[in-house]
Amino acid sequence: MSSAMYERMRANPKFQELVSKRGRFAWTLAFVVLTMFYGFVMVVAFNPAALGQPVAEGSMLTVGVAVELFMFIFFWTLTGLYVKRANSEFDALTQEIVKEAWKENK
Amino acid sequence: MRRIAQLVSALGLFAVAVVAFAGGPLEGVTEKQATNWHAIIMFCLFVSMTMGITYWAASRTKSTADFYTAGGGITGFQNGLAIAGDYMSAATLLGLTAMVYSKGYDGYIYMLAFFAGWPIILFLMAERLRNLGKFTFSDITAYRLDQGKVRTMAAISSLVVVCFYLIAQMVGAGQLIKLLFGLDYNIAIFAVGILMMVYVTFGGMVATTWVQIIKACMLLFGGTLVMFLAFSQFGFSFQTLLEKATAVHKLGPKLMSPGSLLADPVTAISLGLGLMFGTAGLPHILMRFFTVTDAKEARKSVLYASGFVAYFFNVIFLMGLCGIIIVGQNPEFFEDGTVGGKLVGGGNMVAMHLAKAVGGDMLLGFLAAVAFATILAVVSGLALAGASAISHDLYARVIKKGTASEASEIRVSRIATICLGFVAIILGILFEKQNIAFMVGLAFGVAAAANFPVLILSMYWKGLTTRGALFGGYGGLVSAVLFVVFSKSVWVDVLHNAAPLFPYTQPALFAMPIAFLLAYIFSKSDSSVRAGKEIEAFEDQYVRAQTGYGAATASNH
Repeated sequence: MSSAMYERMRANPKFQELVSKRGRFAWTLAFVVLTMFYGFVMVVAFNPAALGQPVAEGSMLTVGVAVELFMFIFFWTLTGLYVKRANSEFDALTQEIVKEAWKENK
Repeated sequence: MRRIAQLVSALGLFAVAVVAFAGGPLEGVTEKQATNWHAIIMFCLFVSMTMGITYWAASRTKSTADFYTAGGGITGFQNGLAIAGDYMSAATLLGLTAMVYSKGYDGYIYMLAFFAGWPIILFLMAERLRNLGKFTFSDITAYRLDQGKVRTMAAISSLVVVCFYLIAQMVGAGQLIKLLFGLDYNIAIFAVGILMMVYVTFGGMVATTWVQIIKACMLLFGGTLVMFLAFSQFGFSFQTLLEKATAVHKLGPKLMSPGSLLADPVTAISLGLGLMFGTAGLPHILMRFFTVTDAKEARKSVLYASGFVAYFFNVIFLMGLCGIIIVGQNPEFFEDGTVGGKLVGGGNMVAMHLAKAVGGDMLLGFLAAVAFATILAVVSGLALAGASAISHDLYARVIKKGTASEASEIRVSRIATICLGFVAIILGILFEKQNIAFMVGLAFGVAAAANFPVLILSMYWKGLTTRGALFGGYGGLVSAVLFVVFSKSVWVDVLHNAAPLFPYTQPALFAMPIAFLLAYIFSKSDSSVRAGKEIEAFEDQYVRAQTGYGAATASNH
């Protein structure tokens, strides 16, 4: 039974829409996080002096601390963005797909 | 009636516990200190509260779903706190504060590496985990593959991770108890082991989750209070704090730039990979994704968990920096009273000394109790994950091939918990004087190289077959363990050989590609009929992963 349900869901164009939209969104965000994080690790490994510079003349705050604090906040904001969109737009789409597959079932 | 008898014996243990306790950084042998009654009383309060919860939870733990996943009825917010609790061990509180205290900015880099895995888990794994899994992560890897073989493999690597992590926590607990509570090492080990057995066998996931939630709240509150009191001495000015800290620290102006810790790029990248993907392969963390009602709550739990973790790491960063001046300049905290000598109780005591300096014995007692509660909660989560690998994967699915009754499965998991408890106690005592600093790294390495590759491939790659999963999983497991054994931290520091056979201490960068490559090669070359069917079965699994249709639902209570 459920295999037939899965078959119908897969045939629904909305399923393709869900998969491609959510996939693109998730991978874009993951790409941003991975690039920033490993880019940062590369700077730590190859050019640590750059991170030791103060952000402004006379300030004790270094570029490294500022960049990291920014990443903590930015990454968390991205998780918030994903949760917001997935829990509204994508979940609504998912429900439609399941509902339509049920209707055809009858 | 029987439950009352159980509770009475639990309270008997509690009396034992009154005599002991602790949390867990990874340091050498510590010296026993004077008995700390503030800490003991506060810890007893924590234990009695959690025992009450365990009693309540025991009445709600009837089915296997209750035992493994609290019936799937935990909310996203509660689960977020519990995940954050699982993730922030005593080593986090004490070890990372100490790292900032001695290395400055390097400690902050470490924390970012610990944190950056969470967004990735959310984007690529959280909803698929919830949609496909039921009790353990092997439910997902074995979804369309050979149940017996793949589950056995996943259970073995889960147990390896759990055991290494348990040793690290138990030894840390014993050392910390001596230091913070002034009690005997062995008493501490028994107290942790026995309390953990009580929580898990009687209360299952419900009790384990609530212990974790309470502890996470205590940890967040205690850390914030210490940070707030300490930072107020600098007028809440980051500028003033840094000016004073760099003026007195031996690193001087270099305090706030990357130092020696990650000087070697291979180690830096390997560490980053290990922490990021190890997190995504820890069985006790993955299990938490099955305790929420649906994918929506699973996503929310990551949002809350990562928020708490990020917040707390920044609190720790400030604590460490304040410690440089408040602890590092106060002769009271040094062994022979000379500033710059050896800290009383060792380097990991910075957070505790800071608590004492800004809040007196009360705050020190509170933070010590928090550290011990933290170890206890993490150990419980680990034991539950290990027990479910034994009862759900090995017993119910591999040995009984799905015919075991719920009652017998729960009984096996309770027996497994008790066995794991004794194993933890014995290992804790055996490893008392060993250098166990590599254990957590090894646990993360195995999680990243054995659990993660097979898990992610089973969710994303249609072509994965049983043969590929087995080679990838076992290959990752063996290579991660060998890389660590041949590295300096075991080959030289533990086995006392002259030079390491493998030049790097972090295995992930090398062991992960081996696992992925083996899984790929042995799947691709698998032309058996079974492999063809497994690849076909991906289609249905894929729809379920995407829509959650057919996913395990919450039980009604």
